[in-house]
Amino acid sequence: MGRNNQGCKVPIVIFRQNVFLAVAAMLAAALAAPALAAGKAAGNVADFTLNNGLELVVIPDHRAPVVTHMIWYKVGAADETPGKSGLAHFLEHLMFKGTAKHPAGQFSRAVSHVGGQENAFTSYDYTGYYQRVPSEQLKTVMEFEADRMTGLRLTDEIVLPERDVILEEQNQRVRNNPRARLSEQVDAALFLNHPYGKPVIGWRHEMEQLSRDDAIGFYRHFYGPNGAMVVIAGDIEPQAALNLAQETYGKLKRRSSIVPRRRAQEPPPVAVRSLTLADPRVEQPIMQRSYLVPSSNTAKQGESEALEVLAHLLGTGNNSRLYRGLVVDKHVAVSSGAWYDGSALDMARLGLYGAPRQGVTLPQLEAAIDSVIAEVIAKGVTPEELERAKTRLIADAVYAHDSQASMARWYGEALATGSTVNDIEHWPDRIRAVTAEQVQDAARQWLDKRRSVTGYLIKDTSPQAEKRS
Amino acid sequence: MTRLVACLAFALLAFFAVAPAALAMTIEKIVSPSGIQAWLVREHAVPLVALNFAFHGGSSQDDADKAGAANLATDLLDEGAGEFDGKAYHERLENHAIDLRFRVGRDYFRGSLRTLNEHRDEAFDLLNLALTKPRFEADAVERVRGQELAGLRRETTNPNNLASRSWWSTAFPGHPYGRESKGTLETVPLITADDLRDYVRRVFARNELTVSIVGDIDAETAGKLIDRAFAGLPKKNDLKPVAAASPSNLGRRIVIDVNVPQAVVTFGGQGIARHDPDFMAAYIVNHILGGGSFSSRLYKEVREKRGLAYGVSDHLVWFRRAAVVIGGTATRGDRTADALKVIEHEIKRMAESGPIADELNEAKAFIKGSYALSLDTSGKIAAQLTQIQIDDLGIDYIQRRNGLIDGVTIADAKRVAKRLYSGGLLVTIAGRPKGLTSSTVHE
Repeated sequence: MGRNNQGCKVPIVIFRQNVFLAVAAMLAAALAAPALAAGKAAGNVADFTLNNGLELVVIPDHRAPVVTHMIWYKVGAADETPGKSGLAHFLEHLMFKGTAKHPAGQFSRAVSHVGGQENAFTSYDYTGYYQRVPSEQLKTVMEFEADRMTGLRLTDEIVLPERDVILEEQNQRVRNNPRARLSEQVDAALFLNHPYGKPVIGWRHEMEQLSRDDAIGFYRHFYGPNGAMVVIAGDIEPQAALNLAQETYGKLKRRSSIVPRRRAQEPPPVAVRSLTLADPRVEQPIMQRSYLVPSSNTAKQGESEALEVLAHLLGTGNNSRLYRGLVVDKHVAVSSGAWYDGSALDMARLGLYGAPRQGVTLPQLEAAIDSVIAEVIAKGVTPEELERAKTRLIADAVYAHDSQASMARWYGEALATGSTVNDIEHWPDRIRAVTAEQVQDAARQWLDKRRSVTGYLIKDTSPQAEKRS
Repeated sequence: MTRLVACLAFALLAFFAVAPAALAMTIEKIVSPSGIQAWLVREHAVPLVALNFAFHGGSSQDDADKAGAANLATDLLDEGAGEFDGKAYHERLENHAIDLRFRVGRDYFRGSLRTLNEHRDEAFDLLNLALTKPRFEADAVERVRGQELAGLRRETTNPNNLASRSWWSTAFPGHPYGRESKGTLETVPLITADDLRDYVRRVFARNELTVSIVGDIDAETAGKLIDRAFAGLPKKNDLKPVAAASPSNLGRRIVIDVNVPQAVVTFGGQGIARHDPDFMAAYIVNHILGGGSFSSRLYKEVREKRGLAYGVSDHLVWFRRAAVVIGGTATRGDRTADALKVIEHEIKRMAESGPIADELNEAKAFIKGSYALSLDTSGKIAAQLTQIQIDDLGIDYIQRRNGLIDGVTIADAKRVAKRLYSGGLLVTIAGRPKGLTSSTVHE
């Protein structure tokens, strides 16, 4: 049960607080599969744009008198100035420090007073904040959220301890975790020019220097109604939600500094890259490989869906090519799998990973993974496995309707990375349409080693290792 | 004829509607044709069925030298059962997009199943096979054992696992609760296929089975599905008794040396039984101290004011035969002592003075309101129904819960705070905390 899912993927979305396990589970569900069509639970999804540029998406779901209110700013770690890595995430933390109108803690208290949940998250392409509250509290949280879109007030007394918090967060997520260190190195090597190569949490030496002025500067540049999208899922009608949005967000002025995002793009990858990270704490070596592939936003028609199906049949579940080939049949790995994360404004990644059995070397494991890929490229995929993968991906879309928060997150993430509501609703149709030829073509075209970085994580046994770590 | 009688015997025993403002759901108590009781919530909005169930008898049924047997058995149930080998079994799950998960804790084996309506017969049949005819074939056992051992090897240098394992083994020495469900690098290699069969034979039975179903399904169909999965199980389990226990070594501090930049701290002490009349007061008081919200005292003092950690929280944990309050944080080595001092100070302050009225009111409002909000998927509702049944709180518990919370007075809260936090703490730290060493007596 989930043993084969010991992925090496560093979460590229990080949360403000890690204690809400339910939220982590929701995120896992949301990352597990992409968008979906409207089903019975969700009524018709409505999409509006206010005069000041703010986009509003409403996903009616009347099963319980509850709403999930999310605001998505179309700015993330990929939009940071060079030398200021970690700033988007740092600002996300600081957004809880109060405004001129509502001192620190007031918003959180209002949410918690009604039993609501709240959290925030940062990724490369977006920064989000959300509350789950009883429906009658929707206007209140919209007022608070609209207020902190422009009213944030920061002083060094609150900024500096919070910088220590994000440094501890970096300790916890990365420095204490050899696998996360490896992923950081692989990403940095994969992206030669695009800011996706920086960690969302930041490089530590730059995080240590982030200041109040950095945070306020970033905030004033990027946070405004024309750079934001509000997604409301729950017990509310679209027109009523629109009225509330007009009364709250609608009063804010457009920010002229917000312009379409244009990041430095990757040159065509030409070299097979590999790296080794040695860490004294490694008791189970692993390898992971990331390929530079199209995202749902940059792909040609059908390509992203083919990659989705390809990653699924290569590496999700006990009958996937990698698990069955390496773990069950050849006995060279204790775990192996694959993933594709297509929700990116610019290029995306497709990843493979494996942990060797004792007595098997990483190069032997890598050769076995290569042979699985080579076979898919040469011989394609069977109709049965194609059907299985599609069935599962489409079912995930139905299952997602069971969770209001997953729905809101799904729409938000897709819309923040270039999709439209129409794209999301027709996603199951596009998955259904994927052919075996498209999957084979995707493997041939994109799983070219020159597009990839392979990372080995091994135990550092040198005498200095103890001191270094 | 037999079939007709069985259908007539099927009965609805009770209805409990919960006020829509709190939670728009009705729990029905149903009995399957073969006599298995279950709770059902009908939810027609999404065409799926979520089943959640539990058997009494978790990893505390393991022999000490075979620790990890229940866990290994749990992991192998879907690796081949009945006429299907592991590949064929998983193909059936995947072809129908059926989610089937098993896990084992110290007291209970738990399972959850999620299926689209159109595949529910197949889903419940597959579950039945896993519970009644697991194969435990040698190659699958060795493969999964290898995975477990790989995970256990990783844990030997992971500060989170080191601090947690040390806490439990020191708090409950020699007791099954002191052992992790997954066992150790020493015990997992000794487990045989017979040990796995023995666990299944002793635990998977109808007499201490708890079942909850949520979904687009009527009571009669639910009863039939329940029988598909469970009717074939033995009538009675065969469990080893587990002795009542309290955490020991309170007042001690243990430092486990591991070279990591951030030390991981686990702290905890005596908790409170689920059926104790003071439980709800304790739950509220602990929420105020460190129960994992942005407003807890520990969060404010450790994270917000001092930036000592990214996360800090503590929780009540209850078993059938013991209860603890346990929490943790992670903080850089040169400030671990500061963080620990703040935590110990806050616990002491809570024990001595309790919460103030304002905090109590805020906590009550949150705990009341958040309950319905947290039950936002069929799977979560089903799991909560199983927990309410296991804790024996009654089918009207969701209705009564707000009243129980409102009934806690400030005097109760102060009294229970003293009771909960005066017993001393066992603290385990994995890392290199500056200035802190292991002690046998710690104040």
